[in-house]
Amino acid sequence: MVIKTEPFVVNIGPAHPSTHGVFRMRVTLDGEVIVDMEPVFGYLHRGIEKLAEERTYTGVIPLTDRLDYLASMSNNLAYCLAVEKLVGIPVPERAEYLRVIMAELQRIASHLIAVGAFLNDCGAFMTPILYMLREREKILDLFEMVSGQRLTYNYMRVGGVSQDVPEEFIPALRKFVKVMPDWIDEYDQLLKENEILLARAKGVGILPKELAINISASGPVLRASGVNWDIRKADPYSIYDRFEFDIPTGSVGDCYDRYRVRIQEMRQSVRILKQAIEHLPQGEARSDVPHLIRPPVGEAYGHIEAPKGELGFYLVSDNSIAPYRFHVRAPSLINLTALRDMIIGWKVADAIIIFGSIDICMGEVDR
Amino acid sequence: MAMPALPPDWPGGFWVHWGVFVVIIFAFVMAMVMGFIWFERRAMAIMQARLGPNRAGPFGLLQPVADAIKVLLKEDIIPAKGDKLVHWLAPVVAFVPVLMIFAVVPFQGGAILADLNIGILYVVAISSVTTVGIFMAGWASNNKYSLLGAMRQVASVVSYEIPVVLSIIGVVLLAGSLSLSQIVMAQDIPFILLQPLGFFLFFIGACAEINRAPFDLMEADSEIVAGFHTEYSGMKFALFYLAEYGEALAISAIVTTLFLSGWRGPVLPPWLWFLVKVGLVFFVIVWIRTTVPRVRIDQLMALAWKFLLPLALLNLIITAAEVLAWPTALPWVIVPVNIAIMVVLVLLWSRLFKLGWGRVEV
Repeated sequence: MVIKTEPFVVNIGPAHPSTHGVFRMRVTLDGEVIVDMEPVFGYLHRGIEKLAEERTYTGVIPLTDRLDYLASMSNNLAYCLAVEKLVGIPVPERAEYLRVIMAELQRIASHLIAVGAFLNDCGAFMTPILYMLREREKILDLFEMVSGQRLTYNYMRVGGVSQDVPEEFIPALRKFVKVMPDWIDEYDQLLKENEILLARAKGVGILPKELAINISASGPVLRASGVNWDIRKADPYSIYDRFEFDIPTGSVGDCYDRYRVRIQEMRQSVRILKQAIEHLPQGEARSDVPHLIRPPVGEAYGHIEAPKGELGFYLVSDNSIAPYRFHVRAPSLINLTALRDMIIGWKVADAIIIFGSIDICMGEVDR
Repeated sequence: MAMPALPPDWPGGFWVHWGVFVVIIFAFVMAMVMGFIWFERRAMAIMQARLGPNRAGPFGLLQPVADAIKVLLKEDIIPAKGDKLVHWLAPVVAFVPVLMIFAVVPFQGGAILADLNIGILYVVAISSVTTVGIFMAGWASNNKYSLLGAMRQVASVVSYEIPVVLSIIGVVLLAGSLSLSQIVMAQDIPFILLQPLGFFLFFIGACAEINRAPFDLMEADSEIVAGFHTEYSGMKFALFYLAEYGEALAISAIVTTLFLSGWRGPVLPPWLWFLVKVGLVFFVIVWIRTTVPRVRIDQLMALAWKFLLPLALLNLIITAAEVLAWPTALPWVIVPVNIAIMVVLVLLWSRLFKLGWGRVEV
């Protein structure tokens, strides 16, 4: 006798412990197996793109903080690059180095949250994430020194950074860079070779190379699938062509690879930080830029390798003081489009960790 | 083997004995559970590089009391389309069996409510009743997360009961009795040394039965919110919470009794030995919880049927052969032999079997 069963629909989210914000997965379950999934988002839509079109070019920077609020510095940087490209503003040497330092610190901070939250989703009850938050606190302290803020920094400016770093910043940064590799070793000790983690994450949620390229995924999600693509190398912005670093890639594209790629990227970021401190020049931290910028009619696209992937700002100018069109290429949203293909056929528990391994930030998805 | 019986001048006979012990057990379980909740939170906090509760009372010792007061004052919510009677009954059905387990746990020689001659069988039977309460909760809540959690609980208990019982039989063979106090009296060498494989299997199986990490799928908060008690609040939730920690306490006590020679030990008074051992076992449970990630439901099943069950059967056969053939004059020689057997079997078997099935084509 075959027992007749019916699939049933479960809403995972928008208020759920592991949706990392207000994302909703409308999954159809056959027992524990997921047969269909429909992503629902928009709960955090604030109309940032439209708001930006009502503000001056310099006034938009605080809005970009609120996109991916776990990586505000990167957002600032990408936007400033776009405006500088549009207007043609030079950036002082010292400011370039400070920008790279901030962007790499931000990458470490964002990856700490990503890896910690991923391991928490796997069920390692709070332990890894708390160790990682401990180090993220140190990065936030550094950011607080330079900007006075701990989450939305609003530090970068068009043509540099808002102010030079205080004198206690560089010693504190040196100290951080010295100990961070040991901390990363400690994270590896926690769960890297754990049998249960291997059973849970290896081979789970595979994103094939072709699919990853086709959906235009970027960042660690793309690199874990074995594609060697990093904007810092592929289209060097700022002064990234001066630094030596490797691009870690995965081989299979499963959850474990994405976790490993992030850990290795932290090591590379520390490497870049070390070089940046060595060569940090003296001088101005900001070039002379008027408060009201009137770019010539035209368009510009500035993109960077943000912690979550390729973050781009597309600006269209009509020679007024506000952008005519302001568009964000948000890596979280585009990586999220791979989710359905990755989770169908897996179990509820897998869906959570696959979703966690993409590392999205709803502020950026919904904008 | 002489059993230290009740003092002959124990006043009042059966009913007084019964009444006194019921009160003692209730107070003991409540106090220990509160202590353990505090202990777990502090120990976990220290392992996780944070402080833990440290405001209410010295070292935060009164935190469980504050939590209890809070939980008592909270509103009790029943889902609109839930089954009200079953929803009300479920926490009781889940909690009462936990208390009943302690009826047969010997706290020290003679300090036992009912020295049943089938004590361990009673423990196995009664501890399964909690599952019924959990399934009632999952069903009555009319919530899909609750139902998923309850289904997982039933599936895991049905699977893990078998290896757990089989590993207990090894102990029973050695002791020659099902009575818990007789089992303790038989442990001149703690059975953890004579039955290392049995202990290993029992501990894993017991952790799975009481929903402790890494087998806490029934209330996996990162997956199904809170599992079967998603729709519970106030005192009913507190009863589930008490049941969960009560079960952990009961399992610690049973492990102590079966494998760690119960109340027996040098120098310290017997009841203190018992408490120390129970605390130690509980600490190991907490330690595992903070360390490892959670397994998936199919991996949980695979572990029970492909790993624990065959090993439990092998353990039973080996123990039976030893009891039959080993000269009783040389008890200590068998200890290294058994430990070697355990290491070889576990290593070999862990290479042989595969966890779970992975992706399903849909």
